Order: sequence, then C-alpha cells, then structure tokens
Amino acid sequence: MILTCSEEAVNLQDSTNESRQPQFLPRTRFQELFEVLKKTGYQILGPVERDGGIGYLKIDSMEQLQPGLTNEQQPGRYRLHHGDGVRLFDWNHGPQGLKPLCFAPQEILWKEQREPVGFQTHLPESIPTAVLGVRACDLAALAIQDKHFLHSDAPDPHYRQRREQLLLIGVDCAYSAETCFCASTGDGPSVKRGFDIGMSELDDGFLLWSGTPKGGAIVEQLSLAIAEESQLNSMLQQTKQAADAQLRTLPQADDLLRLYKRLEHIHWRDVANRCLSCGNCTAVCPTCFCYDVHHEVSLDGASAQNIRQWDSCFSASHSSMGGFKVRGEILQRYRQWLTHKLAGWQEQQGRIGCTGCGRCITWCPVGIDLTKETKNILWEASIDE
Amino acid sequence: MNDPHLPRSAVIDRRIQESPTIFTLRMQFEDTDAQEAFEFSPGQFNMVTLLGAGEIPISIVNDPEDSHFFDHTIRVVGRVSEGMSRLQPGDRVGIRGPFGRGWPVEEAVGRDVLLVTGGLGCAPLVSVIRYLIKRRDRFGHLHILQGVKHSDDLIWREQYDTWASLPDVNVLLAADVASKGWHGQQGLVTELIGEVNLRIDRTITMLCGPEVMMLAAIANLRSIGILDHQIWFSMERNMQCGIGQCGHCQIGPKFVCRDGPVFCYSELADFMGAKGF
Repeated sequence: MILTCSEEAVNLQDSTNESRQPQFLPRTRFQELFEVLKKTGYQILGPVERDGGIGYLKIDSMEQLQPGLTNEQQPGRYRLHHGDGVRLFDWNHGPQGLKPLCFAPQEILWKEQREPVGFQTHLPESIPTAVLGVRACDLAALAIQDKHFLHSDAPDPHYRQRREQLLLIGVDCAYSAETCFCASTGDGPSVKRGFDIGMSELDDGFLLWSGTPKGGAIVEQLSLAIAEESQLNSMLQQTKQAADAQLRTLPQADDLLRLYKRLEHIHWRDVANRCLSCGNCTAVCPTCFCYDVHHEVSLDGASAQNIRQWDSCFSASHSSMGGFKVRGEILQRYRQWLTHKLAGWQEQQGRIGCTGCGRCITWCPVGIDLTKETKNILWEASIDE
Repeated sequence: MNDPHLPRSAVIDRRIQESPTIFTLRMQFEDTDAQEAFEFSPGQFNMVTLLGAGEIPISIVNDPEDSHFFDHTIRVVGRVSEGMSRLQPGDRVGIRGPFGRGWPVEEAVGRDVLLVTGGLGCAPLVSVIRYLIKRRDRFGHLHILQGVKHSDDLIWREQYDTWASLPDVNVLLAADVASKGWHGQQGLVTELIGEVNLRIDRTITMLCGPEVMMLAAIANLRSIGILDHQIWFSMERNMQCGIGQCGHCQIGPKFVCRDGPVFCYSELADFMGAKGF
C-alpha cells in the first residue's frame, strides 16, 4: 500500500497512541544506554564513519559517535558532511543496512573430509549484539530477509544463528536524503515494526520505547520519565517533515505487477545502454538475497568446503547453465532485477522487495533511478494501450 | 535444526555405462534410516556432491517404490559430471534432496499421456515414462515421442522397443540426422505431434528437452486444441541450493528448484518465450 504524506502522519499518530509509549532519555545520560547494554551482555554495533561512508562497527561509548554528522545522497553520489550540531542520528544510512549481520557476505556452509568420509555443518560463532540506530527501511528489509531465509520450508540455520543474537535499536529519520522514498513503500521514515527498542532523537535527548519484551527490559533498567506532550509533538513533526520532503515514489504494488506485461518494452534498452552491470545496486540492496555456492578443495585433496557468497543477478555467471547464459545481455539482467524486486517478490513474499531506502540510486555509478525507470516502463507503455 | 545445505553420504552400488557419455549410478545412503525415509516422485532431483569437484542437480530416474536404492543417469557435460563418470562401486558421494515438484502423475490417472522429449537421454521424462508403464492399468493411451540430434545418440533403444510392444503404447522416434538402419523418422520431434491421433480432451502432455524444442511443441499442441493446463514441462536453470534460496533459477516469481522443475504451462505462460528471461 502506498501512503500519501497525510496518511503517513495519521498512521504514525495511531502507532504512537497505541503502541508507542516513549520515555525520555536526556542526552547527558545517553551513555547509560551503552552501560545497560554491556551489562546485559551485548556487544554494541553503532554507526561510525568509515571510508567516507557510515558502517555499523563495534563501539563501547557514545563518544565514538559523531555529533553533527549528516549525509548528502543523490543519484550516483554520497558525501558525509560534518556540522556543529549535537545530534548523533541526523544522517540516513551508509552503503549497508543489517543484511551483512545475518546473511554473511561470505561464509562456509559445510566441510567435508575424505578419511573418515563425512560432511559437517559449519555454523558461525555469534554473540549477543545490539545494533544502535537502525533505520525503518532496514528494519523492513530485515523482515523480508527473515521471511526468505527463516520462514520457509527449509529454514537456514546459518542465518538464524546470527539473527537470533540481534537486539535492534531502531531510530526514526528526522530528515530524508534526496534518494529516499520509504514513505511511498510504507516502510518509513519512522520505525514501524521489527525493532526491540524504538528511538527518536530530539535536540536535548532521546525518546525511547520498547518494541519487544527483550527491548523493554533494557529500557526499564534506565528508569526514565514518561515523555512530555511537547516532546511527542516534536517527534511527530520531524518525521512528518522527513516524509513530506521525499520527492520520489514508486507506483502502487498492483501497478508494478504490470511490469511482467512489459518484458519487451523499448525502455529496457534505454536503461541497458546506461547500466554497467556492476552489481553495486544488488550489493547495497538490503533485501537482495542471491548467493553463489562454490566448492573449495584443500591443496592435498583430503578435505573440501562449500562456501556461499553474495551473488548478483548482474553477474554473467548468475544465469549460467553449463556455459550457456540465460541472461547474457545487460538488458536481460536489469529486467530480471527490476521485475523480481517489484513484481516477483509480491508472489514470493506478499509485498514488493523494495523498502524505499534508495541505496541502489545513490550507489549506482551512473545514477540509474529505479523509480524513474519503473515509471517509464509502466507509463510509456500505458499510452500505447 | 536440520541444515538443508548439508549433504548426506551415499555409496555407489552399481555403475552402468549407457552410452559413451552417459552413465547411470545406482546408490544408497550410508545411513539405513535415511535410505528408508527417502521418498520421491518422478521428476524430482537430488543435489549430488563429488568430493573435490562440487555439487550439481541431477534428476532421480528409478521408480519411487524402489526403497533400497536410487538411480541417477548422468551425461558428461562439465567438470563435476566428468568427475562423477569415474566413480566406481564403493565410492561415495554427498546427496541432498529430493527437491522440487515432479510430474503430475495423479492428475494423469485415467487419461491419455503424450510424452515429448528431445535431446540425449532426457532423464526427467524417462523417469515418468517408466512410472506410467509400470502402472499401465491406471492410465489411458501413452504416446511417447522421442527426438535426438543424431540417431546414434539414442540410448535405451531396447527399452523403446519393449514399450512399443505394449498395448496402447505408441512410440515414435525422430532424429535430425539419421544413420543407416534407423527406423524412426528423420526430422524434428515436434513434427511428430501432428502424426499422433490424440483424444484431445482426455490427454495430458509432458515435455522435456531444450527450451526451443519445448516452445515449438507447446505451439503445436495449442494449435491442435490442447489447453494450457494440459501442458506440463520440466525446466532447467542454474540451481545451486535446491530450496528456493540462492535465487539463480528464478523465472518470474517462480523458483525452478522449488516450485518446479516441472511446471504447468499456465503457470509460466507470461514468461516462456521472452528471450533471456
């Protein structure tokens, strides 16, 4: 369902009144959240500047977060800016969401040895991990990945091992990047579900509310006062502003199913002429799940292991069958990616595979914008009908 | 929690050379409980691992009632199948499976079945032919149309003769290139469809082979009045996980490894024939 801005605000109001019962954590006491998490046994991953982007890295203290950090995102462009503000979460996201924390970029699935012959599963080691400052789009994307890897006939123990250790502290976006369109997919900019603790940052502190008993137990230890009406209003106002500022939208889910009727549309060629088939969009996409499995043999031939690593439908080998490539052309690969993301996912999961994070637009080296391409393919064709 | 990625060890019991490049491995799980619990239907496949080489999908060709073993007929096409061709009785492989949805054998009960296959061996279809032949009284007329590129490629020639000798079983063979002594037709297998006297409304059709052959067969079948829901076929795609997870085998919203490999035409009609989809 696609929400207009006013509906978005209504929805937020409802969730605030019904499920959000925020308490106020003054900025001066923010470190206490770290201490409670650590005391409860969590390592903390927080948003830290790295290689010109933002990544979730291990931190121990709020001192490691950078006040005044903001991001500028445009098609094919990402820049961090350092301002003199006090806020810690006034950016949107770095290149990766939660995906690498559960679905590892590369991991061993099993090992095999010749003598005595046998296969042993290889599960990752993982420890309780709190992730601080998770965005609404990424929480929604994780729910999609959960459905793919866990809620199937063959749940994945490797994914589950990591997933079960996570405590997610979501944060509302007070601003949107130029590439964001989460209001259009109904997934943001305020965190809606999938978090253990919800958070909204104000100038003088943070509103916290529990999303699960696990998260509630953490918040309780902080012994906070109930948030005041004026603070709730500030929270609502800034997320509404963030939603209103979004210019990009996706068509309705039902309309997106019509992509399957447009497989021969002339505009695919237009995109293909610009697409480099580099796979950046799939690498940064928080829902893309394709992986390649390869077999690695020890030098002495006595043992081997099966390894999976992220694959991309933009790679030449993705559709390879004994040398023949089903999707040999870039046009066919872009069409595969877009139709799967926006149409195929609807049958597979009951919703589109996009949560409006806009990363594929930002990190595309040539700035291809899926919201524009989709509309060109659907709307140009509809004129012909 | 079971790990769907983890193979179980199976031992080769017999090896049969079917043609210079095609061989059959009969095997059983080392764990007898696993062997007893192993149930499959014609058209399903296993992921077979050869230590040091890798894992490939291979269809299961024996009868589902054989409880003590299972057979894989394999053609040497790449590195892993080449390695498997050297396996001998007593050697071990890893098995995951069975995976996917097989042929609609229950839906075929009481109906005539037209089976069209092109290419070498075409194991997925042979498994269902054997299944139907073994339960002959449950099905109507069987029409078996087999095409090969070169007449010398045809394997299991005696088997076709045996089938042809059964009542109400019609076997037609075609070879693009025929050598001396070939009793079948020369030409494309899809051209044989017009020569079969089908009882259209009580026929179910099952196709297996290269996609262009199946597309031609589907066009022929539809032109003679066979409806989309009467057409079933087995698809081939890059399959690595077997559980609808790794993403390679997708056609539209379908995972070939999990939702197929056998599909009804009405399920994929939007996508079949879209080049590179």
